[in-house]
Amino acid sequence: MSVLETSVGLALADPSAVRAVEATGTSALAWLLIALPLLGAALLLIGGRATDSFGPLLATLLSWGSFVVGALIVLQLSGLAEDERAMSVPLWDWVTAGDLSVHAGLLIDPLSMAFVLLITFVGSLIHVYSLGYMEHDPDKRRFFAYLNLFVAAMLILVLADSYLLLFVGWEGVGLASYLLIGFWNHNPAYASAANKAFVVNRIGDFALIIAMAYMLATFGGLDFATVHGSAGSASTTILTIIGLLLLLGACGKSAQFPLQSWLGDAMAGPTPVSALIHAATMVTAGVYLVVRSQAIFDLTPEARLAVAVVGAITLLYGAIVGCAKDDIKKALAASTMSQIGYMMLAAGLGPIGYAFAIFHLITHGFFKAGMFLGAGSVMHGMADRVDMRRFGGLSGMMKITWLTFMAGWLAILGVPPFAGFWSKDKIIESAFVDQGNGAWQAWVFGLVALIGAGITAFYMSRLFFMTFHGKARWEDDVDPHESPLTMTVPMIVLAVGSVALGFILSWRGTFASWLEPVTGHVEHHEPVLSVPVIMGLTLVLVIIGGAIAWLRYGRDEVPVVAPVGSFATRAARQDLFQDEFNENFLRRPGASLVAGLEVADDDVIDGGLVGGTSRGLAGVADVVRRAQNGFVRTYALTMLAGIVAILGAVWVIQ
Amino acid sequence: MNLTAYIYLATLLFAIGALVVLLRRNTIIVFMGVELMLNACNLALITFARMHGSLDGQVYVLFVMVVAAAEVVVGLAIIMSIYRARRSASVDDANLLKL
Repeated sequence: MSVLETSVGLALADPSAVRAVEATGTSALAWLLIALPLLGAALLLIGGRATDSFGPLLATLLSWGSFVVGALIVLQLSGLAEDERAMSVPLWDWVTAGDLSVHAGLLIDPLSMAFVLLITFVGSLIHVYSLGYMEHDPDKRRFFAYLNLFVAAMLILVLADSYLLLFVGWEGVGLASYLLIGFWNHNPAYASAANKAFVVNRIGDFALIIAMAYMLATFGGLDFATVHGSAGSASTTILTIIGLLLLLGACGKSAQFPLQSWLGDAMAGPTPVSALIHAATMVTAGVYLVVRSQAIFDLTPEARLAVAVVGAITLLYGAIVGCAKDDIKKALAASTMSQIGYMMLAAGLGPIGYAFAIFHLITHGFFKAGMFLGAGSVMHGMADRVDMRRFGGLSGMMKITWLTFMAGWLAILGVPPFAGFWSKDKIIESAFVDQGNGAWQAWVFGLVALIGAGITAFYMSRLFFMTFHGKARWEDDVDPHESPLTMTVPMIVLAVGSVALGFILSWRGTFASWLEPVTGHVEHHEPVLSVPVIMGLTLVLVIIGGAIAWLRYGRDEVPVVAPVGSFATRAARQDLFQDEFNENFLRRPGASLVAGLEVADDDVIDGGLVGGTSRGLAGVADVVRRAQNGFVRTYALTMLAGIVAILGAVWVIQ
Repeated sequence: MNLTAYIYLATLLFAIGALVVLLRRNTIIVFMGVELMLNACNLALITFARMHGSLDGQVYVLFVMVVAAAEVVVGLAIIMSIYRARRSASVDDANLLKL
């Protein structure tokens, strides 16, 4: 019971749930954060072709405007005392029906503002990048309108002060993601990829709706303050159910096991979309949801364990799939999945992991977005080809892309002092911590995270060497060239972040103490292995992974046509048969069930019950209508007989 | 004089009226049968009023007379228009309202 008791203490000490004073100063203008990109989306979509000429630029400016507002609010927050950093911006009464009343409002606290900065900064950089990348696309304006729509929806998601408003943003980013994956929907494969993402996300969304229904029934409200404030009074069973449902919702949005199948196909969208939505921001919404709901997860170790298990499975799954993909974007997508698995694992560790989950999320947002933009730059120079077996030796042709990509590559490998080292190593260390619920957990999660780091090093190095080193393998009709400045500048900025952000944010624990008002202060825990050993092991594994990749894909010649490979390779190439599994065990039985129900509906409900009733009535009516023969005297006789019968009955009864 | 005699008379009149309605084909005669039944009822009501020393029955009779007068107006008008349309006053000839 000791775990439970300390957890209760943590939940009550969670200031975000209890004290949020009304915002003053710049923070009161927080609605501008959302309004600016939303205005951009509205102008570009409603204005139509009239905005073709200046629309993309306007959208980019509005996105930067949103970043400036966010930065000003963070400045104001950092000037306040730690426990005053949670502020609410009430907007309007949204739903008032009987006992239920939901207010639309924004919550400004260190957690939401960390996200706001990531979203608006990376988002704005990607807007700039898209100015170059989408320059020749006839539908450029529509693209920027959707990008702005996405930024607005994502900001609603992280700024919402209730689960209901969060859900609005949640669906908004889903919509924007759908529209952008299927942006080139004249290609049927891309359109169905968009559908796949949308449908798989529905499953998670459905779970989130049920979770909200449980919250409403249990706590009588949906705002964070009510739910988190009274979480301690609910039964553990209910909390576990809510926690698991929230986890399923998070799995859908964050492409975690078992709802991970859509992310690879989502790479059908233009590359800036993959960078912004499917690497840096939207797919991390699940991690946000778990960390935001920590008051619930703190009280239910079972649900938290489920989060950690899902994270561990996905981090291995993504890493293994990443090893076999030849499509540069799909390999990066698998890597995204795997890295979000790390964040989920950290979030599932409870209070000791929340801050690291968000920390890794931020650094990952930078280096992964940077690498996606690099991949986009490569595609731009290689006539939109994505097959890495047809790349090679690009380091000489695209110097800036090569160097910026290298920064991201070293960051994700966790090589000191690049960004990933500071965040991923912390997660691995935390995974090794025995929290008193059995040492096996510490060992399992720790080793999974450690091995994941080794595999990550292998597949990312494979990707890097196949693309930029070795012999040039491209076809004669491609002429590799460096991308324009609008594209390289954002890549350089993100590369700088990939190099330095980890160090800056962990200098004297800046980021951890910034998040402390939300995630709570945690005493340092000793892992089951000592920290230097873990660090050393991680580095050794990373070097081994990188070295194997160098030997096989840097030094040796890479075959242009993929070899058949072992069973493991083929399985990984097929995403470990996830689509086959979904097809055979979920879609087919579902379709059969639907077909069966259709037959049942046609034959039994429509044919038997409804049809039978109507046929029976028609038969009875056919007989009865003969009584209506048009002769008034027959009617009179009937009436007389009836009256006599009634009178006779009355007489008999009395 | 015994009041039950009036009841018997009223019953007899009602039966005659009912038989007229059921057996005769001429609309006017049928209508007269209806009137006969109404007046048989009136007689019964008056008699009961007298028996119980209450005015309720008599009040009903006044109502029935007024309604009957109105009904005659409407009924005769209908009979007239049916006769004009079908050149017949037989109730069995007006038998189109059926399935």
